[in-house]
Amino acid sequence: MSKLVDMTGIDKFFPGVHALKSVQFDLDPGEVHALMGENGAGKSTLMKILSGIYQRDGGTLMIEGQEVSPKSPREAQDLGIGIIHQELSLMNDLTVAQNIFIGREPRKSFGRLDEATLNAQTAEIFASMNLNLDPKALVGSLTIAKQQMVEIAKALSFRSKVLIMDEPTAALNDAEIAELFVIIRRLKAEGVGLVYISHKMDELKQISDRVTVMRDGEYVGTVVAAETPISQIIAMMVGREVKEEPLDVPDLGDAEMSLQVNGLSRGKEIQDVSFSVQKGEILGLAGLMGAGRTEVARAIFGADPKDSGEIQVHGRVTSITSPTDAVKAGIGYLSEDRKHFGLATGMNVRDNIALASMDLFTGAGGVLNDGKISNSAKTYIKQLGIRTPSDVQEVRLLSGGNQQKVVIAKWLLRDCDILIFDEPTRGIDVGAKSEIYKLLEELAGQGKTVIVISSELPEIMRLSHRIAVMCEGRLTGILPGGKDTTQEDIMHLATQRAAAMQVTGTVQ
Amino acid sequence: MTTATDIEKKKPLSGLADSGAYQKFLAFASLIVLLIGFSIASPNFMQTSNMIAILQATSVNGVLAVAATLVIITGGIDLSVGTLMTFCAVIAGVVLTNLGMPLLLGVAAAIAAGAFCGLCSGTFVAKMKIPPFIATLGMMLILKGLSLVISGTRPIYFNDTPGFDQISRGSLIGEVFPSLPIPNGVLILFLVAIAASYILGRTVLGRYTFALGSNEEAVRLSGVNTDMWKIRIYALAGAICGIAGILIASRLNSAQPALGLGYELEAIAAVVIGGTSLSGGRGTILGTLIGALIMAVLTNGLRVLSVAQEWQTVVTGAIIILAVYADMARRKKAG
Repeated sequence: MSKLVDMTGIDKFFPGVHALKSVQFDLDPGEVHALMGENGAGKSTLMKILSGIYQRDGGTLMIEGQEVSPKSPREAQDLGIGIIHQELSLMNDLTVAQNIFIGREPRKSFGRLDEATLNAQTAEIFASMNLNLDPKALVGSLTIAKQQMVEIAKALSFRSKVLIMDEPTAALNDAEIAELFVIIRRLKAEGVGLVYISHKMDELKQISDRVTVMRDGEYVGTVVAAETPISQIIAMMVGREVKEEPLDVPDLGDAEMSLQVNGLSRGKEIQDVSFSVQKGEILGLAGLMGAGRTEVARAIFGADPKDSGEIQVHGRVTSITSPTDAVKAGIGYLSEDRKHFGLATGMNVRDNIALASMDLFTGAGGVLNDGKISNSAKTYIKQLGIRTPSDVQEVRLLSGGNQQKVVIAKWLLRDCDILIFDEPTRGIDVGAKSEIYKLLEELAGQGKTVIVISSELPEIMRLSHRIAVMCEGRLTGILPGGKDTTQEDIMHLATQRAAAMQVTGTVQ
Repeated sequence: MTTATDIEKKKPLSGLADSGAYQKFLAFASLIVLLIGFSIASPNFMQTSNMIAILQATSVNGVLAVAATLVIITGGIDLSVGTLMTFCAVIAGVVLTNLGMPLLLGVAAAIAAGAFCGLCSGTFVAKMKIPPFIATLGMMLILKGLSLVISGTRPIYFNDTPGFDQISRGSLIGEVFPSLPIPNGVLILFLVAIAASYILGRTVLGRYTFALGSNEEAVRLSGVNTDMWKIRIYALAGAICGIAGILIASRLNSAQPALGLGYELEAIAAVVIGGTSLSGGRGTILGTLIGALIMAVLTNGLRVLSVAQEWQTVVTGAIIILAVYADMARRKKAG
């Protein structure tokens, strides 16, 4: 029997990046094949090639023994390949049936829609999935899990033989996950091949037959799920050589606790998170995507509300209900998404640097002293080495690294001494990365308190004096920085799900 | 992946080729072309008296367009500028004619009423998070109704307030230079425009106006009280509508409560022709002035050429679409 999917020697280049380096992947009918790797390992890129969103630059792609090159998602669908994206792409205000048949609605004469046939065909698909769902229900009224079922039904309606699921359980609770697994097993029994991308180790053990691990755009290996211990899979995921010399963690002694967080909570996203950071310390906040790190940072900063929890700044309990409060308390937050949350990209460099400190430049009647703004901006342009033709250059024209420096300058000018960096090097090239690292170390050396959120373990290892690890909204542990901690240690904490820690009872 | 680095390499000096300046130049060039075209087509067009008529016609719409510009730069829209103008005129009428208060108090009351209504719109938008289109649509209808209620649906005349009609129709410039009888209404338009330009360009309120339109969330995350500043901008725009209310009441020597609807669209049209982006973050008062002048010149010129009024409206509509299309095509090219 020929393989359902057989990808060998797949290469993919993006400008300046060799994203996939001779990667292989194969899938049998009736198999669940998990694809694992850290963020940026190339899983999504590989699957986008399979589903026709990207085209490969090298290698072969065979579907049932035939070499193919799908040029668009539509062509991939015709080859029987369906993909369910992490972010669902459904129209909330249309019904389930209308969503499933969007773009190919059954028609009557004169282009009138045939709603009856539409709903009947949808009901048929649901019946084949043994799914109890009303075709006429509005998608927006369904739970995320049910919406996911709709996505699956939509993929199946194209008679998909291959179904790619990108982190399907990210937004689901345990009961909903069980529901999803029932559907997956049924599809399996019918001979559909499933590619399952997930970070959740215990799920992989439950549902997948084989596991392929990728790292830095390269193929690491394929193992049989049932026979392989989780620790070995983790080792395969992080097994990159640590090129940097081990970090020298400074002894801060009894330096002041500049920020203490006690029992911070909000719904499921943040569950009883407590930690403290010393003056001059760099605390790494590690975890997989969706672990709740950004949520914690935004709650501390007052950008989002919190249910409960106390924040102490320099030993004093401080009420922070808005970013204005946080900035007054000397806390600055550098968002992972600079373009949306960090910069007014249409404005120039100096206005962005001054954005949090306009009061310093405002004279009588609210008149701004642009000369003074310009001088301050130029000081920071020089100090941080921001490469820009002038202080009136629009920031959208700067490179990612220089944009990040503009945001850093904004908070330095505001004289914030607690700085939270959320993915500080995302979208920044390698050279600029080490500059940002040096800058963060200098800031800590000057007595600033630095919190770094990063999904890249080497980055966390490279910078952090201590490492707090989160998983699904909980702080699962705090590790010392430096050579005593391995990437495996962090990954163990980052995958320590609440369900896995509790005894799974049978009581309903 | 197109990164900012790529853009930087392609256009290292684009900071110098200021996009706003180009748009203003485009609008200004169109204005000149229109002026030349009409003066060739009709010898009556370039008469001083006709030029002054054009300026006079621009004054009210110009002031309203300045108010609309402020709100539009924040990324919002204000549909209530027209009926707010009328409401302020009616308030002036009540204070001056019905209550017999002194002239200055009437003017102050009209401007204060405008600022208060702007403050209400701003609060709806900033605090209650109602989309600006809806909030100001509601405000537009509320104010239209209130104007009719307060005035008892009848015009209020200012015959008992000597000098009120001189606010718009008199000419201080004409007294000094008799050959240049530019009406005070036009003078006030230019003063309002200069003040608004100064606020936008030189004050913290202005800087936040652009910043809000450019990226409101980034501004909020910088610790700025975005709600408060947004309310202030709407209030300032409302106060400027109050000035427009005084101007129109003075020109008609009466507060006409049924007037006002439709003025908001003309104001927004002037703003858009002047190159202010409806998505916010970009725009100039000078551009808006030119936009208002283009509309007045067009209306006047077509009338001088005896084109039917119905067709004047059609042409104005076409100009708006052309102006925005030209702006978008240029920006697409610039990336």
